[in-house]
Amino acid sequence: MPPIRPLHLAAEIGGPPHYDAARYTGLAQLAERGALDFVTLGDSFARPGPDALSVLSRAAPATRRIGLVPTVTTTHTEPFHVSSAVATLDWVSRGRAGWQVDVSTTGAEARLFGRRPAAPAAELWREAGEVADAGARLWDSWEDDAEIRDTATGRFIDRGKLHYVDFEGATFSVRGPAIVPRPPQGRPVVVVDGTTDPARETAARHADVVLVRATTSERTAGIRDDVRRRAVAHGRDPDTLRVLAALTVDLGGAETAPELWPASGPPLAAHGTYYRGGPVDLADLITQWHRAGAVDGFHLTPITPERDLERIVNGTVTLLQHRSLFRTFHPGGTLREHLGLSRPANRYAPDRFPEGERA
Amino acid sequence: MHLAAHFPGVNNTTVWADPRSRSQIDFSSFEHLARTAERGLFDFFFLAEGLRLREHNGLIHDLDVVGRPESLTVLNALAAVTDRLGLAATVNATFNEPYELARRLATLDHLSAGRAAWNVVTSSDAFTGENFRRGGYLDRADRYTRAAEFVATARELWDSWTADGVPRPVAHRGEHFRIEGEFGVPRSPQGHPVVIQAGDSPEGREFAASAADVIFTRHGTPGAGRTFYADVKARLARYGREPDELKIMPGVGFVLGDTDAEAREKAAGIRLQQISPQNAMLALEQVWGRDLSSYDPDGPLPESDPVPDSALVQGRVRHGDPLAVAARWRALSREKGLSIRQTVIEASGRQSFVGSPRTVAAELTEFVATGAADGFILVPHLTPGGLDEFVDGVVPLLQERGVFRSAYTGATLRSHLGLAEPVWKG
Repeated sequence: MPPIRPLHLAAEIGGPPHYDAARYTGLAQLAERGALDFVTLGDSFARPGPDALSVLSRAAPATRRIGLVPTVTTTHTEPFHVSSAVATLDWVSRGRAGWQVDVSTTGAEARLFGRRPAAPAAELWREAGEVADAGARLWDSWEDDAEIRDTATGRFIDRGKLHYVDFEGATFSVRGPAIVPRPPQGRPVVVVDGTTDPARETAARHADVVLVRATTSERTAGIRDDVRRRAVAHGRDPDTLRVLAALTVDLGGAETAPELWPASGPPLAAHGTYYRGGPVDLADLITQWHRAGAVDGFHLTPITPERDLERIVNGTVTLLQHRSLFRTFHPGGTLREHLGLSRPANRYAPDRFPEGERA
Repeated sequence: MHLAAHFPGVNNTTVWADPRSRSQIDFSSFEHLARTAERGLFDFFFLAEGLRLREHNGLIHDLDVVGRPESLTVLNALAAVTDRLGLAATVNATFNEPYELARRLATLDHLSAGRAAWNVVTSSDAFTGENFRRGGYLDRADRYTRAAEFVATARELWDSWTADGVPRPVAHRGEHFRIEGEFGVPRSPQGHPVVIQAGDSPEGREFAASAADVIFTRHGTPGAGRTFYADVKARLARYGREPDELKIMPGVGFVLGDTDAEAREKAAGIRLQQISPQNAMLALEQVWGRDLSSYDPDGPLPESDPVPDSALVQGRVRHGDPLAVAARWRALSREKGLSIRQTVIEASGRQSFVGSPRTVAAELTEFVATGAADGFILVPHLTPGGLDEFVDGVVPLLQERGVFRSAYTGATLRSHLGLAEPVWKG
């Protein structure tokens, strides 16, 4: 049996659109009280709702520890803007930003921009991978110690520590360097839902956290193995990936027995795996899957956030904490620290020589 | 009188070598300046934008404050730590798309309960365009037609929901944009976020007169201010607008001291810090368009003429024809017997209000009373504490004179500015 890894928990705080800050901030604070790793806020141009990254920026000063992971799509947005906005979320949250990468596949979304027609998902996910790649390069384009404020020479920065990224993708190019200095986490955490095949390939190559959807712990374990194998093929250490099982949860009917619906089961097919039952049974399911080594954690999408997130935090999480399966507080300050991921070295920085040996 | 605070980003205004200078990127700096502005009952807090780092002679410019966050993201975070202060971001209309930007601005207006503003700028700069898909192919004329259509399209989107909260489809077909579909955000608390325009060309003034709520200018001297003020206000009638519907706010510096003499001495010291010998040579090369490293900043100006169409400087807005600027600088230098550095200091100063709080309060009041401005965008030279002494020293005197509010009377930026909510063409 593999060693038990720390359990990671995250929650989506979307649901029906709201336009006031208090509702989202309240949910993020609730998740923070449960010591969850992060909250996500889904986004799409195709449906009503506020801009997710803006909402989580608004929530940043109202929270202290919880990771903040908005969806930012890559199909119609400039890669340079995406990278700047996510880096800025990391600055305003002092190292708690993530980015859930997604694509816009529909003609309806394309017509809102009138700039390019809808394209197949495989093509858009390849592009999303390039946007993630360009974004990471831009985050690295300032070395951490580029700002020198050297009064003797009058130089504010050491321009030798700023780097052009000269990224050439199939559909865009970016010269760089970034305008935003390297963010506190070095690189904010990249999250990809790896359920579909083209997305999974992008996830294995670029994501720190991969969400997967399956109805049994065995199938989830299989997908996790697949993601890790693909990551190795891209030259990555698979232990730098966290694979979370995505569950839509309905804790409204606490008396009914737990159910797991197949992903294809209506009416919630779009939400993937659907759990209905009580908070205690959910804790049991999480315990079983995690003990089986099938996943590194769970991403829970409460079907009615106000009700279900409260039950997750005060019911499920409390029980997991009792069982010593989940932490009772955030020991670190950044999202990478919650996830047990190290701060990435800068690809542009030369290997660290002892002081004075650098030319 | 209307007052706004500018957080200086990439510039040579900030005296970063001052020991009181703090980070230009940590959120605590933005929070400090915004809270100070709100304590001073300011109309709004203003952030500029950066899309490509400036270069000089093919190298990244390294003498000034560099590196800043993305504006709208910071302003959303500031909405959490302020209650009344307007939150204004410069966002380029060339390297963005109307649907997406209108959605982000409407979101800020919702999340701040009606405090959002957008400073519309354009770029025809292929250098900046190298960071974007669109590239830099828009010429000068096109960038204004695109900006005008951009703002009009954003307004169509902002107006597109019914009063009952139902989205209605938008079908926009223009020269620059073709947009079809439903906007994702209901009408926001201000109806439309406040639109600010910065730029001084005839096209820019016309664009402001037709479409902006506030114009951010560089005309900070009383004479130039009055001429500009009269010109822009006269253009409004053509668009069926009243003079009060566009507020004119120059960006100005200030230096305060216990006495006028002390303030003048401080101001001279600040100018020396802002224009170091290296910065003076850089400014000179930016005008002359070639390498002048063999010259001495404490020596005389070059006798030869500038290279007019030089690519020496990239990513920086040019002001004026280099030959004319050089001629002006030479005349100034000859007349007063100034060195290169002294000339640059003398020539590059923007209007600054220098004096005791009482003197500065009187001058600001006079400026507004004589039709040179409706208010000011104050640019502190220290980050983030540079506004503190203004709020503590000058604001009470303006209140005493009855020219500035002693409490916010409304909740939205439009109400601070005395602007009506736009008619809902719904």
